[in-house]
Amino acid sequence: MLETFTTMPDSLPPDSVGLVTPQTAHFDIPLALACGRRLEQYSLVYETYGELNADASNAILICHALTGHHHAAGYHTMGDRKPGWWDDYIGPGKPIDTARFFVISLNNIGGCHGSTGPTSINPDTDEQWGPDFPLVTVPDWVESQKRLAERLGITRFAAVVGGSLGGMQALQWTLDHPERVGHVAIVACTPKLSAQNIAFNEVARQAIRSDPEFHDGWYARVDAMPKRGLKLARMVGHITYLSEHSMGTKFGRDLRQDRLNFGYDVDFQVESYLRHQGDTFSTAFDANTYLLMTKALDYFDPAAEAGDDLAAAMKPISCPILVVSFTTDWRFTPSRSRELVNAMIHAGKSVSYANIDSPHGHDAFLLPGERYEAVLGNFLTRAHDQASRESAARCATAQETSHA
Amino acid sequence: MRNDLAQIHDWIPNGARVLDLACGDGTLLASLAEQKQVFGYGLEIDPHNINACVARGVNVIEQNVDDGLANFADDTFDRVVMSQALQVLKRPDRALEEMMRVSREAIITFPNFAYWRHRLHLGLKGRMPVSKSLPHAWYDTPNIHLSTFADFERLCRDQGLKIIDRAVGNGDHEPHPAATWWPNLFGEVAIFRVCRDNCASLER
Repeated sequence: MLETFTTMPDSLPPDSVGLVTPQTAHFDIPLALACGRRLEQYSLVYETYGELNADASNAILICHALTGHHHAAGYHTMGDRKPGWWDDYIGPGKPIDTARFFVISLNNIGGCHGSTGPTSINPDTDEQWGPDFPLVTVPDWVESQKRLAERLGITRFAAVVGGSLGGMQALQWTLDHPERVGHVAIVACTPKLSAQNIAFNEVARQAIRSDPEFHDGWYARVDAMPKRGLKLARMVGHITYLSEHSMGTKFGRDLRQDRLNFGYDVDFQVESYLRHQGDTFSTAFDANTYLLMTKALDYFDPAAEAGDDLAAAMKPISCPILVVSFTTDWRFTPSRSRELVNAMIHAGKSVSYANIDSPHGHDAFLLPGERYEAVLGNFLTRAHDQASRESAARCATAQETSHA
Repeated sequence: MRNDLAQIHDWIPNGARVLDLACGDGTLLASLAEQKQVFGYGLEIDPHNINACVARGVNVIEQNVDDGLANFADDTFDRVVMSQALQVLKRPDRALEEMMRVSREAIITFPNFAYWRHRLHLGLKGRMPVSKSLPHAWYDTPNIHLSTFADFERLCRDQGLKIIDRAVGNGDHEPHPAATWWPNLFGEVAIFRVCRDNCASLER
């Protein structure tokens, strides 16, 4: 990594992972899904940052949120306007420190950024999967991530980290494969969606599905795109990512043209902002993927299998847990994180909880924040130290065996 | 380690489950985990302390003791600890009740307001005492419920709690030799070990 660094033009920040190239892993062992269907074969696109050590003990898995993808850090080309979506947290000297960790970030199945999803070709029909792509769940994703880890020679992660929907995957890892997780950080998450959360998702889905260009999900067949629906879905979603306070300070009631128009064009800056966000998103994201991802959110409920007893559901966890929430997050409020933490306490787990004071609402998990960076960094330092101790112990055992 | 924490450390048995209320930077819990295989949680509200706990590998929950301990079931712990925090709580009496609900035994330390230097300060100078154990001025002090050995003993009696043990910690000064004989006058820091009435016989 350092070598690449020195030959690079100075325009990339020194604490960046630099230029990165996405890779693709293909799997042809069928993946049985929670919905009862099977994916006979699939591809996962992913990026890695930092170096995997000799015994593959320093890996961190990053799980992405609703509209996230594999490009979490660094730049694809020197001309990129923006780095990956979690660049503030991943890099040398950053909380997810690539000087000591090997970081993996992938695009989940069902996504629209290169991994097998609704826009991929269904080998059975030779056309895009479209709405026929199976609904995938958080446990399905974890299973596919486990296979990617195995492909890369990783049997145990030093840590699994995720925010929002990514936090659900991180949590699921500790339930399904506790022996493969050294530490877990669950940020801005919830043990399950509330009725209000599901309601917002349903508005988003209805916006997409009622767009005349949606064609029951077969829009690719007629070369159409339900852009208006996707735009509305993003607008309503975006409102839930920000806080009343952050919208207030960013836009207030500022007018775009210093006067009211007495019409339905944009009067207020906030309208202009939301329309812009929606427009940008509607050309960059696949509608079927959006539908599928929101369903994965709605379906997540690890307590359901334990008779709605969340503490009982937490029983398999065997690693230290960090739960982080943000004071102004009203999508997944701090009380939802506390619900999770309390269940972990009842289950007698090693859990720490920080409720970070931030004005940025749900989005805070993606944004720089001194306290958030420090607590995550400290926790991952522990993850590194534990992984190193485990390595040393394995090494000592191996030596004893070879001497015997 | 602070002198009152060292005393607490001594009183906690190996392998105990401990809840440390206002656990600070996690010094006590980290040491208990290392030396006595204690499993515990600390409650804390100060961000720097929370970061320090996480760095030490201490389980720390951001939670204000004033809001109660409703998230902890009855008898979850073998010991509950509160060092130098009783006096900053809104309702120390309710906190004590909650402590004795989640654990059958509690260890509590607080500055003794009846310490002779404090009495002298107030009695002769006629001003609120300021010392190492009470470092704040009257107007900016977080200590809103100061008490004495005698006061705390009365609270325990009112709540039906047994005092198993009592010790004197030092603040500014080494404990006066007379402190064991008359702690309320010569003890600068009060350290109490109390339990519910029905468990006292089990403890000694």
